Amino acid sequence: MKNATSTTNRSTGRNVLGTSALRPDGVAKTQGNFAFSSDFQAENMLWGATLRSPHPHARVVSIDPTEAWKIAGVEAIIFADDVPGKATYGLIASDQPVFARDVVRYMGEPVAAVAADHPETCRRALAAIKVVYEQLPVLSDMDAAIDPSTPAIHPDGNVIRHQRIVSGDPNIVGDVVVEGTYEIGMQDQAFLGLEAALAYPDPGGAGVELVVATQWLHEDRKQIADCLGLSPEKVRLVLGGVGGAFGAREDISLQVHTCLLALRTGRPVKVQYSREESFFGHVHRHPGRIHLRHHADRSGKLVKVEGWMKLDGGAYASTSAAVLINGITHLQGPYACDNAVLDAWATRTNNPPCGAMRGFGVVQACFAHEGQMDRLAEALGMSPVDIRLVNAMKTGDKLFTGQVVDSVAPVARCIRETADIPLPPEPSRVTGSLELPGGSGRTSDPGHIRRGVGWGVSIKNLMYSEGFDDSAEAKCTLADGVATLKFATAEVGQGFVVLAQQIARTVLGVDTVILDTIDTQIGSAGSTSASRQTWMSGGAVDGACRLVRERLFEHVAHLHNLDPLQLVIEGTEIVDTLGPLRVAVADASTGLRIEQTFLHRHRATEELDENGQGNCHVAFAFVAHRAVVDVDTDLGLVKVVQIATAQDVGQVLNPMALLGQIEGGIAQGLGLAVMEEIVVDDGIVRNPSFTDYLLPTALDAPDVVAIPIEEYEPLAPLGAKGVGEPPCISVTPAIVAAIRNATGRAIMRTPVRPQDICLAD
Amino acid sequence: MSVHVPTSLTEAIDLLVANPTARLLSGGTDTMVEVNFNRSKPESVIALRRIAALREYTVDSDRIVIGAGVPYAMMEKGPLAAALPALAAAARTVGSPQIRAAGTLGGNLGTCSPAGDGLPVLAALDATINLRSPRGPRAVPFAEFMTGVKRNSRAVDEIIESVSISPTTGFQDYAKVGVRNAMVISVASVCFVHDTGSSSVRIALGAVGPTIIRAREAEQWLQSQVDASQQLPSHDKLVAEFAQRVAAAARPIDDHRSTAAYRRHAIEVLARRLYLRSTQ
Amino acid sequence: MTETTAFYELNVNGSRREVRDSWIGESLLYVLRERLGLMGSKGACEQGECGSCTVMLDGDAVCSCLVLSASAVGSEILTVEGLAPNGEPSDVQRAFVDQGAVQCGFCTPGLIVAVHHLLDNNPDPTMIEVKEALSGNICRCTGYGRIFAAVETVVAVRKGARS
Repeated sequence: MKNATSTTNRSTGRNVLGTSALRPDGVAKTQGNFAFSSDFQAENMLWGATLRSPHPHARVVSIDPTEAWKIAGVEAIIFADDVPGKATYGLIASDQPVFARDVVRYMGEPVAAVAADHPETCRRALAAIKVVYEQLPVLSDMDAAIDPSTPAIHPDGNVIRHQRIVSGDPNIVGDVVVEGTYEIGMQDQAFLGLEAALAYPDPGGAGVELVVATQWLHEDRKQIADCLGLSPEKVRLVLGGVGGAFGAREDISLQVHTCLLALRTGRPVKVQYSREESFFGHVHRHPGRIHLRHHADRSGKLVKVEGWMKLDGGAYASTSAAVLINGITHLQGPYACDNAVLDAWATRTNNPPCGAMRGFGVVQACFAHEGQMDRLAEALGMSPVDIRLVNAMKTGDKLFTGQVVDSVAPVARCIRETADIPLPPEPSRVTGSLELPGGSGRTSDPGHIRRGVGWGVSIKNLMYSEGFDDSAEAKCTLADGVATLKFATAEVGQGFVVLAQQIARTVLGVDTVILDTIDTQIGSAGSTSASRQTWMSGGAVDGACRLVRERLFEHVAHLHNLDPLQLVIEGTEIVDTLGPLRVAVADASTGLRIEQTFLHRHRATEELDENGQGNCHVAFAFVAHRAVVDVDTDLGLVKVVQIATAQDVGQVLNPMALLGQIEGGIAQGLGLAVMEEIVVDDGIVRNPSFTDYLLPTALDAPDVVAIPIEEYEPLAPLGAKGVGEPPCISVTPAIVAAIRNATGRAIMRTPVRPQDICLAD
Repeated sequence: MSVHVPTSLTEAIDLLVANPTARLLSGGTDTMVEVNFNRSKPESVIALRRIAALREYTVDSDRIVIGAGVPYAMMEKGPLAAALPALAAAARTVGSPQIRAAGTLGGNLGTCSPAGDGLPVLAALDATINLRSPRGPRAVPFAEFMTGVKRNSRAVDEIIESVSISPTTGFQDYAKVGVRNAMVISVASVCFVHDTGSSSVRIALGAVGPTIIRAREAEQWLQSQVDASQQLPSHDKLVAEFAQRVAAAARPIDDHRSTAAYRRHAIEVLARRLYLRSTQ
Repeated sequence: MTETTAFYELNVNGSRREVRDSWIGESLLYVLRERLGLMGSKGACEQGECGSCTVMLDGDAVCSCLVLSASAVGSEILTVEGLAPNGEPSDVQRAFVDQGAVQCGFCTPGLIVAVHHLLDNNPDPTMIEVKEALSGNICRCTGYGRIFAAVETVVAVRKGARS
């Protein structure tokens, strides 16, 4: 199966930038023909599976595979000693073992892997491997991890990173002071397409090809090659269809194991996680505890923000250090304020490792700062809208880090346009209606439903920060009126494939745009994360197409004795702006083959100094959410009725795809508000399944009314901001605020559980 | 592991005699999860889904018989829903539409999870479980059938054939609390039946004890306070005390789905609400 | 594997398909995908909590991960591949693409089967009926809004065609 596709215009209109062009992979996905990474098969293929620790912290006393080897069909069993290269991997710090050797530090840590002829053989082999563990004390509390007297559970220590921000006058005091401690539970990305990969070994084990669902092919390749002891060019990655990502595929999971098993057996090996294993196989959103004290003057203007943030990184570092910086630098919210004293820690514990998830540290920060804005409004007798308008950040304002916000920053406009969206109709009066809280359980009667309204507004950085060398490469080839694009940008569902086609159609005036296979046969596109690919890979495709267009104009200008600068593309034609020439791109490019590669970089950023000062971020986007909820106050059940939102998006490139990002992000934020949490009890995960880790269903989905705030962003190559993360950030605090509004309860924790609403504290 | 797919009950019984350790498979919605999750590797399976007789039901004026293989989807509407509104309500809360198309009352009884949505209804309606073995038929009252968490009194050679229920007159309903608006396992559930014909009130609780719990003390107390042959009175004090007495019968635990305190509270709220629905 | 069974036959999308040398504990989902090469049905939870593997079994929409494959002999199985056998997308498939209901697409085949099943049995559902009918199909990308829009589109077009 192969997913690269070409599409021509199906409907009328040209499907250029600004239209709701349709995805090239859409029909295949509806018909079941699109090849996800789990859909690949190979001749003579084996299945692989991973043995994982049942304990959150234990010494590995011994591992005995004797009984497993007796099972017919078992072809390989590998352990830490079988890793030929580097024993550890990691996105920022290489601190996570491919297989645990002496000690396991979280429940689910890989200890061994097997390859066999059938998944059931693998399961039996795993059960037959005898591992003797000696359990060790479990470090599960963030404060204990920060306490220097606690024994380190890892050579790198129990604090992954600490950062401080001191801004302006740390001693200034406001007329009104409010404070609160906020808690955020551990959320899972819960993409539907489980981790899966198929590795093909080169003859003689000289190299390996891996078909895998990932967010970042080149970073995977680097880490895999290091662990395999191969040079990167001996490891070729091809993007298998990706069934959602949301941050969970930024780290390595099964990649090294799959390659090792293939190289060991000399046969193609497929590894595919179950849902339960997936909960142990990838990182989650950091749970956190945040204490903030907000000072304001009598008019409500912020004077100072002080407090602390603790995020639990779990057993290994993953991206915790970067998540922490995002978290602390966004504790300010989308509000102007000069003075701050903030501390933040990312801790190491024996809990599941945490790392990237849509929103990346800002979700946690926003839950706290938005709770504080409501407390401030209440203390001052102001409305939630007014307190936010009084403080709304605008272009030119300075952040606590000293960085000036030079992005378009229509915060006040986002709030006002959201406020103007009509409120929904009153709740149903039908007993047991599916539309009432409790839904299909038919618990609710109309008499005891209370409606609440709440607000959330957020700021989100776009792209990577702190001096990371962030770039994206793309190649465009024009021949006979057909453009072919090549890039390594992971399409994870967001729709970069359609955007790339729109760009090429717009810039080059072609109708047919073929997308080459997404693999490592071109330079890195960076990760599909941090709301960065429209800006970064979009910029790269745009740049490559522009270079091709220049060559094409030179060719046409030369033929007709014109200055190439006077040529433009109009529709599908090259037009002379100063004369009568008008020639179809298809005709002009007949017999030609123009190929250009472009590397797009954003402007440089800096690391923060010890006081948290520095231009660490590239650009920012903003969004406002207003939530309307119905709450069954006796049973503590919630139905989110409507989410109104206005989002700062820059130029709109594909209205339908934009709406899809907004609605999808809102559903994930809703999940964190009222149902989604990985329950961890002293390092033990209690609910690694879709029976007990609850995701929003069709009956939980609110009506979404979304207004894009369209202002061209001069910093961005296409004038467009990334739109993926903002939708899921402030919707969570908005929903929780609406529940507070309906119940009068000071709810300080998300997700909100029924007992938080209806039982005494 | 071997799989047998009999097409008649007699054939199924013969197979069970020949394979006494065989797992009986109805809709598959419990057993297959165990197999998929590597928690159970049955030696032998007898799949009952092609036995047409098990998928039939009859609604007579004095007796309703529901085949063990009738899926929940068939209880949600039509004659069964009209005769047994509480069962229809319970069926509608089971899993998802896909689960309701496959899952059966027989499977619910075979698994006997305290969170099984059909079971509080069977408890409240004093249903009889009809079993069949080479020794012949055996009828067991529900209260004697479910003996513990995922335990029941089915003998190894018996197959659950059907459930018999005497129709009631008056009110019956079921409600369940879960933390999501659809497709969710019960955190607490209540089935409330007010049968004016027999002047009785019956209430059964799910997911708050090792078995389905009939709140018999509360039932008797209420029957001593009111004339149950008539519509129940709705004054606050009476309803509140009834609900408290019902909640007192619950024996909930703390787990990752909820807390004991919340479950007991939810039972009280549901008991009050269902009672009041009966008075409207 | 040592525990194999004698072969059995399944009726899939109108064709008789032989299953040989399989482990008898395999789900219908596994057999469709790994033995019959029908990759359209997706596995995402293995416990009937996501709907990605939805197929029609004797006309009922069920989760194929919860059907013991060997017990499906004698039943008519319809998978997503059987909804557009000549390759031309069905009206539901077309509407999903046109309305933006497809993002990562992993849940999509299961939803397509569920929507076909819904509209076969209830040609003019209310929105709350649509939501209830699709409440067993988890979508993590779209938040469902565009999926509802796609269903509404199909309902309207079919209604127009009938009148």
